[in-house]
Amino acid sequence: MIEFLSQPWPWYVAGPLIGIVVPALLLLGGKQFGISENLRHMCAMIPSKVELFQYDWKSGLWNLTLIFGVVLGGWIGVTWLENPDPVAISEATRSDLAALGISNFSGLVPSELFSWESLTSGPGIILIVVGGFLVGFGTRYAGGCTSGHAISGLADLQLPSLIAVIGFFAGGLIATYFLLPIIL
Amino acid sequence: MSDKKPNRPMYLLPYLLIGIYFGIVFTKSEVISWFRIQEMFRFQSFHMYGIIGSAVLVALLSVQWIKRTKKRDLDGVEIVIPPKDMGTGTRYWMGGTIFGLGWALTGACPGPMFALVGNGITVMVVAIVSAVAGTFTYGVLRSRLPH
Repeated sequence: MIEFLSQPWPWYVAGPLIGIVVPALLLLGGKQFGISENLRHMCAMIPSKVELFQYDWKSGLWNLTLIFGVVLGGWIGVTWLENPDPVAISEATRSDLAALGISNFSGLVPSELFSWESLTSGPGIILIVVGGFLVGFGTRYAGGCTSGHAISGLADLQLPSLIAVIGFFAGGLIATYFLLPIIL
Repeated sequence: MSDKKPNRPMYLLPYLLIGIYFGIVFTKSEVISWFRIQEMFRFQSFHMYGIIGSAVLVALLSVQWIKRTKKRDLDGVEIVIPPKDMGTGTRYWMGGTIFGLGWALTGACPGPMFALVGNGITVMVVAIVSAVAGTFTYGVLRSRLPH
């Protein structure tokens, strides 16, 4: 069983398992699936005069608990269900990334770019610090992230969410084809 | 029923379990992998599109069912999903594009950032702190940005 679960899960298993959480949260307590709300709750914990954060962050305790669970789930996934093989990305991606100078394909992320040591290098700082900042800024500006817009929003047939998702892809393509070749 | 608003810690338990479940699904489906995100933006595999597409399909069918049958949640409160305010639409494409830039650079949207920390990629704590700083900066600049 463990051996079976330790293999990478195919898309047609993972996708529905993620999607079903949207109705589960609604039925459980009328809650809407949106992970990036937690970033806002964390801002609301900091005493400030910023209007956006003037509310009781404890109203988001359920979501903060959920995200704490995600950390635990990640730990369970790697501790008991670890897949010893590298991520099975396509040959084309592998060679594209190798051309950008990435040589270590052994983990979930390229260790040369995502480690504490990499924070002393330009590319590491841009990918981790600048990338993280853009995610946090962009998600609040757009009013949601992959969960709130791409999954919950599209499921509710919201046009604003479709526009946001097109934006997600536009930004991702710009970063992939124009920024990464300069950064790496 | 709905007035016994939850201050009991037990009400949080289902959310903790859903979070754990998510962390495992994110990890095992490799959506938290920077390599997978690159593969997606290079259109070199169906994997991520299949995951997002089938997640949306399952969510869409069940949300439409909840709306049409006017389902109530466990507390007996009718489930309402407030529509998003379109405004000029600027915030959606501009905010979305900024988010997308960050998504491709870090290879992680907010959920996966937390799952990666659990996976032992502890440097992602820095990305999370940075994302909180980004959200805070948006809060400060909000009145001066086009929405």
